[in-house]
Amino acid sequence: MDTSTWIGIFSVSASAMCMGIGSIAPALSEGKALQQALSSIAQQPDEAGTISRTLFIGLAMIESIAIYCLVVAIVLIFANPFWNHVIAKPGG
Amino acid sequence: MEITPDHLVLFRRGFVVLNATIVYTRVVMLVLVVVAWMATRARKSDPDAPRSGWEGALDGMVSLVRSQIQEISDREGVDEYLPFVGTLFLFIAVSNVMDIVPGWHAPTGSLSTTAALAICVAVGVPLFGIREAGLKAYLHHYLSPAFFMLPFHLASEISRTVALAVRLFGNIMSGSMIVALLLAIAPLFVPVIMQMLGLLIGLIQAYIFAVLAMVYIAATVHRQEERPQEQNQ
Repeated sequence: MDTSTWIGIFSVSASAMCMGIGSIAPALSEGKALQQALSSIAQQPDEAGTISRTLFIGLAMIESIAIYCLVVAIVLIFANPFWNHVIAKPGG
Repeated sequence: MEITPDHLVLFRRGFVVLNATIVYTRVVMLVLVVVAWMATRARKSDPDAPRSGWEGALDGMVSLVRSQIQEISDREGVDEYLPFVGTLFLFIAVSNVMDIVPGWHAPTGSLSTTAALAICVAVGVPLFGIREAGLKAYLHHYLSPAFFMLPFHLASEISRTVALAVRLFGNIMSGSMIVALLLAIAPLFVPVIMQMLGLLIGLIQAYIFAVLAMVYIAATVHRQEERPQEQNQ
């Protein structure tokens, strides 16, 4: 198989693995943060505003890790620099 | 498939290239300015004019942002951050919510726009810090608690700027991309649900962007006020 085929195979499988493996830890930690926040709100309903604001900020921070994975995966699929390099050469 | 509206060129003459990002950014600005002007027009000419609905809505928005800022910065009567944070929130929220207009490409779905907004925050935070404490005291915090912490402080500022930009871009871009993919798979009803989710995510991201900008400002200003206790981030 020539270079472009290998690049295609590796890009697609790398993006799939990046998204799949990369979203495990953010999902677990978002669940944990949400669980803690819910039990805190149940204990102290008066502080619900502060807790949920802090929760939103924390969730955004955690989620940005998953978003990095998504961006890398999308770049690998739709705007792959290696693929473009190989395709740009005449005759592949 | 387009990942960013940057590649969507609407007008090209010579070296002048107008892509969708620039055009839609201007449209958002125009909408904001026109709405604000229409809402306050009556009040400017006649201070006793009856309150219009638009003015009430804008007033509610301003007091909402103000209360959030006061909660985060832990001080009463701070209006100095209101224009900056409020503008960030309004711009991002309007450009995300106008996704319901057919053919709209949210300018926040382009990394150039979000990077520009994040750079505004990265420049604005030191400026607010310097204005609060003076240049020397502000620069001193880069060397605290010890001089070798300097690279870590710099790395944290750079990484949080990149994170701000990529977070907003990734959320909005993935929202529009999911809708585009679903249009190819199940074009009848499913994209509508995802688009509703996209509107919710857009508003939450606008809120998060503004709140994070305010948290960074408040952390810098707090640090100048009470150096001994390194609480609140």
